[in-house]
Amino acid sequence: MSALAQSAPPSHRDPAPTYRRPLWPRVQRRITPYLYLAPTVLLLVVLMLLPIAMVIGYSFQDNVITNPNPVFVGLDNYVKVVTDPVFFTAVKNTAYFTGVSVAAHMVLGLTFAMMLNSPLLKNRTKALFRVVYVLPWLFTVAIIAVLWRMLLNPNGVVNYLLHTLGLIHQNVEWLASPATALHAVTFINIWAGYPFFMVSLLAGLQGIPKDLYEAATVDGANAVQKFRNVTLPQLRPIIISMALLDVIWTTQQFALIWMTTGGGPINVTEMLSTYTYKLAFSSYKFSLASTSAVIVLLLSMVLAFLYVRHQRSRD
Amino acid sequence: MSNGARTVRGLLVASGAVALALTTACSGSSNPASTSASGEKVTLEFAQWWEPELPAGALQGVIDDFQKANPNITVKLLSGPYASTKEQVVAGAASGTMSDVVGLDGAWVSDFTKQNAITDLSALMKDNGYDDSQLVSQVAIDGKTRMIPVVNFVYPLFTNDDLLSQAGVSAPPSTRSQFMDDAKKVTALGNNTAGWVLPLSLDAPNGVQNDVMSWVWASGGSMLKDGKPDLTNKAVTSGTQFVKDLWDAGVVAQGSFTMKEQDKVEEFTNGRVGMMIDSLAHINLIKKENPNLKFSISAIPAEDGYTGARGIPYASWGIGIAENSKHKAEAWKLVSYLMSKDVNSKLSTLANAFPGNKESTPDFSNSDPLFSKAFDIYKAGTPANEFVGLPVSEQLMRDYGEQLQLALNGDESVSDALKNAQAKWVAEF
Repeated sequence: MSALAQSAPPSHRDPAPTYRRPLWPRVQRRITPYLYLAPTVLLLVVLMLLPIAMVIGYSFQDNVITNPNPVFVGLDNYVKVVTDPVFFTAVKNTAYFTGVSVAAHMVLGLTFAMMLNSPLLKNRTKALFRVVYVLPWLFTVAIIAVLWRMLLNPNGVVNYLLHTLGLIHQNVEWLASPATALHAVTFINIWAGYPFFMVSLLAGLQGIPKDLYEAATVDGANAVQKFRNVTLPQLRPIIISMALLDVIWTTQQFALIWMTTGGGPINVTEMLSTYTYKLAFSSYKFSLASTSAVIVLLLSMVLAFLYVRHQRSRD
Repeated sequence: MSNGARTVRGLLVASGAVALALTTACSGSSNPASTSASGEKVTLEFAQWWEPELPAGALQGVIDDFQKANPNITVKLLSGPYASTKEQVVAGAASGTMSDVVGLDGAWVSDFTKQNAITDLSALMKDNGYDDSQLVSQVAIDGKTRMIPVVNFVYPLFTNDDLLSQAGVSAPPSTRSQFMDDAKKVTALGNNTAGWVLPLSLDAPNGVQNDVMSWVWASGGSMLKDGKPDLTNKAVTSGTQFVKDLWDAGVVAQGSFTMKEQDKVEEFTNGRVGMMIDSLAHINLIKKENPNLKFSISAIPAEDGYTGARGIPYASWGIGIAENSKHKAEAWKLVSYLMSKDVNSKLSTLANAFPGNKESTPDFSNSDPLFSKAFDIYKAGTPANEFVGLPVSEQLMRDYGEQLQLALNGDESVSDALKNAQAKWVAEF
């Protein structure tokens, strides 16, 4: 905006000392920047601030929407949500789901990116693998859910293959057994999300100057030492940014869980997102759902704050 | 293009977008003008999910006939799939902008009544001198009718004839012990076949209603006492214990805990399970997907020695009138038209369902013979679905489903599961 203010027409600049400018052009000049900002500000207020403020307001009232005259109840809803054992299960599951997903995304993404960046492969082979590896990221969540529900069905392809290879002797109920469901949905999420890391890290790898590796070779570094002392430090800013973004996205994952397990069996795959959804749309407890949503918002804001601080320190 | 010109153009585009967004937001709240004074034209909105599920143009045809008979009433159909209709109706109830006439599911009635979003139909029937003895059922809250089931879909037992005969079973079971024996025999065939299939997914928990509680209702049992939860009674305990016995005997198809209704139908259609409880509405789908599958339908088995009328689970296309409607008298005309003997027969024929008017008879001459057999089962039993009209009924099913999963998984006993579910239900009530 400052650039615009500076490039204002020359007629407004440095009038003769005795000449007093008329009022209207001065006002016009003052408000011009705000007029430019107005559409964005309006959209932000209507689409972001207002709904967020409403949800925060709901979380301090007794049951809103279904109750025509809700009253202020202070922190009652927060106490109710935080003391609900299912909420704790949801927090625990979300932490596991997010932690394992992000770590695996990073390891797999880096591994595949390094494979694709290898000088041993010809360009055509690289292009082929790049397409194959990036495929999972091109599917929408609905397709991923349907695909894996079929693959992991007790009578599905995965069990058939494992059976044929002699690794299992009876069918495993991957998504339906309380012992395996959380691991299974985490695995699906890892499969669906690693290509994004891979593509970003590949771009990072291609940007590392060759002379760094040559210098390391001259110093007698082996492959592992080069990876630890050249590749990783060069990729660090990308890895940290990606990891923070992935944590924010994965904690908010809803569609995949809902379409594969719905939070079950029992509540072994209940996440904060499914917990909030159930409060709102199957119990119609919109106030409690708003409370749970506000808690998720606060947690996400902590992560967003870390992300912004990291970005700022980079700049 | 200079920087300034580009900015001005961007500004214009952005302000255009804001103006458009605001116009759309504002126009949502306006209602088309329609006059209600007698003799003048009245426009009724009718929101439902039925039109997409009926043959193309069928519901519009019924409405056209109604408009011909009532030239001063125009009916505007607002149709969408079930889930989006539900969202639309819930939002309308919250904001007081519900369509005049709404398609209802029994599970929503209690909440809408609490919100005072749907009107008291008993009063309308009285004012219009309507004889309600012709209705098969009504959903009433505190003695006032809020919903009338227009057509009903029943849930009998489906049996795979080929699998049963391979297992040496000649007729579908009619008692629980016969069912257990038959299920064991079918499972013993091997090759991943199972005797029974039980969908217990928690995101769509209607398996609790259709596949579990149906055992209780079929033997004349009830999960309620004086309108309050009564899950620990003898009938529910024995029904739930029977499901647990089937589970322990290993005759239930794998994947139950996250299985949904459509997965259940798929397992049956692919010939992997011998028996399932399912909606008649799926007959055409099963025949289309697997034309070679031979199957029969029969009443759900009852407890050994039970001789009373068998409750048969059902789901309805219900109808109600919005409290905020300015044209309740005209809306009632539409409701009573849809419930009249001939129109109701026609609707039930079109929907492959059973009529909500006692005097109506669907015409099965062009449909599958299984439908007329199911109609006999329906007439011999009583429609039973105690979840209709309960508060947050989907959540109640989920609460029970969660406890049932714990019991089946061996984490708690059946009686503890029922006690815990009872406590949760009491809290929801």
